[in-house]
Amino acid sequence: MTIRSRTVAWSGALSALLAVAVVASAGMGSVSIPPATVAKALLSADPLPFAFDVGRTNRIIVVNVRMPRIALAALVGFALATAGTVMQGFFRNPMADPSIVGVSSGAAVGAVATIVLPFAFPFGLELQGAAFVSAVVTAFAVYLIATEDGRTPTATLLLAGVAVQTFLGAVISLLLLHSGMSIRRVVYWLMGHLGGTTWAEVRVIALVLPPLFLLLLAYARDLNVLLLGEEDAHALGIEVERTKRLLLAASSVVTAAAVAVTGVIGFVGLIVPHGMRLLVGPDHRILLPTSALAGASFLVATDTLARSGSAEIPVGIVTATLGAPFFLYLLRSREVTGL
Amino acid sequence: MNDPDRGAGEPLVEIRDLDVGFGETTVLDGVDATIDSGRFVGLVGPNGAGKTTLLRTINGTLAPDAGSVTVEGRRIQELSSKAASRLVATVPQDTAVAFEFDVRTVVEMGRNPHRSRFGGWREADSEAVERAFEWTDTEQFADRAVSTLSGGERQRVLLARALAQESPLLLLDEPTASLDINHQVRTLELVRTLVARGKTAVAAIHDLNLAAQYCDELLLLADGEVAAFGPPASVLTEDALGDAFGANAVVSRHPVTGSVYVTALPEGRRAGGEADRGRVHVVGGGGTAARYLYVLDAAGYAVSAGALNEGDTDAEAARSLALDVVTVDPFAGVDAAARDAVEQRVDAADCVLVADVEVGTGNLPNLRAAANAEHVVLVEDRPFAERNYVGSEARRVYESLRSRARVVEPPDVPSAVAAAVSGGYATTADGDDAATTATDAADDRVARPSDVQE
Repeated sequence: MTIRSRTVAWSGALSALLAVAVVASAGMGSVSIPPATVAKALLSADPLPFAFDVGRTNRIIVVNVRMPRIALAALVGFALATAGTVMQGFFRNPMADPSIVGVSSGAAVGAVATIVLPFAFPFGLELQGAAFVSAVVTAFAVYLIATEDGRTPTATLLLAGVAVQTFLGAVISLLLLHSGMSIRRVVYWLMGHLGGTTWAEVRVIALVLPPLFLLLLAYARDLNVLLLGEEDAHALGIEVERTKRLLLAASSVVTAAAVAVTGVIGFVGLIVPHGMRLLVGPDHRILLPTSALAGASFLVATDTLARSGSAEIPVGIVTATLGAPFFLYLLRSREVTGL
Repeated sequence: MNDPDRGAGEPLVEIRDLDVGFGETTVLDGVDATIDSGRFVGLVGPNGAGKTTLLRTINGTLAPDAGSVTVEGRRIQELSSKAASRLVATVPQDTAVAFEFDVRTVVEMGRNPHRSRFGGWREADSEAVERAFEWTDTEQFADRAVSTLSGGERQRVLLARALAQESPLLLLDEPTASLDINHQVRTLELVRTLVARGKTAVAAIHDLNLAAQYCDELLLLADGEVAAFGPPASVLTEDALGDAFGANAVVSRHPVTGSVYVTALPEGRRAGGEADRGRVHVVGGGGTAARYLYVLDAAGYAVSAGALNEGDTDAEAARSLALDVVTVDPFAGVDAAARDAVEQRVDAADCVLVADVEVGTGNLPNLRAAANAEHVVLVEDRPFAERNYVGSEARRVYESLRSRARVVEPPDVPSAVAAAVSGGYATTADGDDAATTATDAADDRVARPSDVQE
C-alpha cells in the first residue's frame, strides 16, 4: 500500500472517529440527547442547507451551548497534536512537546499577568490576546537566544527553551503570590480548561489553524528528511536553517493560538503523536494528519469526561491522568526503539 | 549523468585555493585540486588533516573562507541546497540511525533534490530508486526498518540513497570505518563498480592499503594542505607518509594484489637510520620473522637476517627495511657460502632471535649456526614437532639450541631481546625479572609512577 492510500485510509477512519466523538459528546450532559437528534440538529445549524425539525430546546443545547466547547476541544486537540508531532520530529526527540520552546510558559505569563496585575495591557489586549502575544514573543526570544551566525542548533534551542521556561515559571510564581482574590481564576486557567466557550473564541483558532496546518503538511517530507540529521538533510537538498525557522514559527503560532484560549492542556501534544507514531510509523506525511485528527478526538473525549461528573474539573487534569498511564502502556506493550 | 557529453577524464570537480576554518582555527589552507570525471579518488591523511572538512566543503555544508569549489563548472556555494544536491551526493560516515523508517522510504528521500514541494512522484523517480536498489543489491531489505539492518547493510542503503540522487559526484566519508574487513572490501568493490558505470567518487579512507588497492588516485592531506595527489604509487612514498603522519612507514608491493602496500612501524625511528642499541641476527623464513624485523629495526637495533630464500616474505621485509640479509636462491638450501655468512653475523650479534620457523634440510644450517650464539631468544608459538620436516637430527639441534635459549611467546620478543642484548639474563627460567628490569631501564619514554606523582 502506498503512503498516499495509507494516509487516506487512516485519515478517513480517524475523521469518522472524530465525528462519532463529537456527536456522542454533544448528546451527553445534564440533558441527554439521542445521537440521531444531535446529528440532525448539527446538520440544520446555520451555514448548512438542511432543516430538520429537532425542537428549539434541543437545537439551542446542541448548537449554542455544547458545540462551541466541543469544536474548541477538537480544534485545540488538533492544534496541540500537530505542533507536538512537528516538535518531536524537529528535535528528533520523542519527549518533545508543543511548548518545548516556551510557548505555554509565555502564554501563561501573559494570561496570569492580565488577571493579576491591576492595570490593563496596552492596545486593549484582552486575556487571550495577551496570552497569544506573550507566547509568540517567548518562542521568538528563545529562538534568538539559541541562534548564532544564522544557525540554530536544536540542542541549544532545547536548552534555551528549558531555561526560559524555568525563568517564566518563577515569574508566574511571583505573580501568584500577589494574586490575592483572583488566585482561583489563575489556577483554573493554568490547569487548562474549555468551560464557558463561545463561538467567538472558536472563530479565532478556526481561522489561524487550517492555513498553518496545510503549510506544515506541505513540509512533511522535509521533516522526514530532517529526521536523518541536519547534515544529511542538507546533502539531500533541504535548506536546513530556513526550514527549521519555518517549522518552528508555524508550530509555535499553532500552539500559541491553542493555549491562549484554553490555558495549558498538557500531554495531548506529547502522547498523541507518540501513540500515532507507534501505529502508523514515523513518516510525517501520514503521521501529521493522523496525529492531528487523533488529537482532536482525544481532547473531545477527555473534555466530555471532564464535564460529565457532578462537578466539572479542568480538562488538563483529565488529559494528564488518562494520558500518562496510556503513554506508559504504549511504552511497555510495544518495543520503542526510537522515533 | 546530468551532462552526458561530459566524457570520462574531463575535469568534474575543481577546487581552487580553498581556505576553510572554524573561528580562529584554519582547517584547510590553500587546497588546490582537479578531480576528473570517472575517477575514484581516495582522500587519505592523518586524523585532523581536514579530510571530512574537505568533503563537507565540496558538498556545500561548509562555506569556505576563501577560494571555491566548482562541480560541472558551477560554484557549489552559490547554489541552493537543492541544486547542489543534484550535483553532489554524500554517503555519511555515521550510519547509526535513531528512527524507524523503512529502507524504501530512506532511499526515496534521495529523490528529494529532484522533486518540487507539491509535485507528485514521477516515473523517473521510481526508475532512479529501482536502479539504486539494483546497483547496491538492497531491494531485499526494501520493507525492513533501517534500524534492523547490520552496519554493512545500512551502508549500502545509504549508498543507494545517494545513488537515487543521480548526481555525477559521490562523496563518501570513511565508508569503511565501522565495517569488518569483508564488508570493507565489498563496499569499495561496489564503489569501483559505480565508478565504472560513470560515477565519480571521492572517499575519505582511513586504511592506506585499501585506498591504494581501490582508488585511481589518492589525495594526501596533511595539516590542511595537499601533500601529494596522483596515482597511489606516487603518493604513498615513505617520505611523504613520514611527513604527513609523523610516523614510520615502509612501502612495498603487496605480494597478492600487486598494489602499493604500507606497513606502519611501531616506533618513531625512520627505517634505515642509525642503530645503536646493539646487533641482533634474526633466523626466520616464510613470514615468521617479518614482524620482528620491523619491530627490532624500529626499536633501534642493527638487525641482520638470514639465510633466507630470495622472494621469501621475510627476505622482502628485510629488503624493504634495508637490513643486512643473507639470501640463497629460491627453493635452494643454505649452502656453505651462505652458512659462513650467517655464522659471521651470528658471531657479530649481541643476540640471535630464532623465529617460530618450519625446519627442513634446507634451512637446518641456520639453526646450527644460531646454536653458537652468545645469547639466543627462541620464539615458540607452535611445538617444534609440528614444524620439523627433517626428523631426529633436527630435533637434536633444536633441543641443544633450546637448552641455551630464552624461550618466549611472540609478544615477549622485544623485552627478551632487550634483556639479552644488555647481557642481563640467565639462560634459566628466573630470567624473567631481569628481562623486565632491563626493558624498563631501556625504555626511558615510559613515565615512572614517581614522575607522574611529581
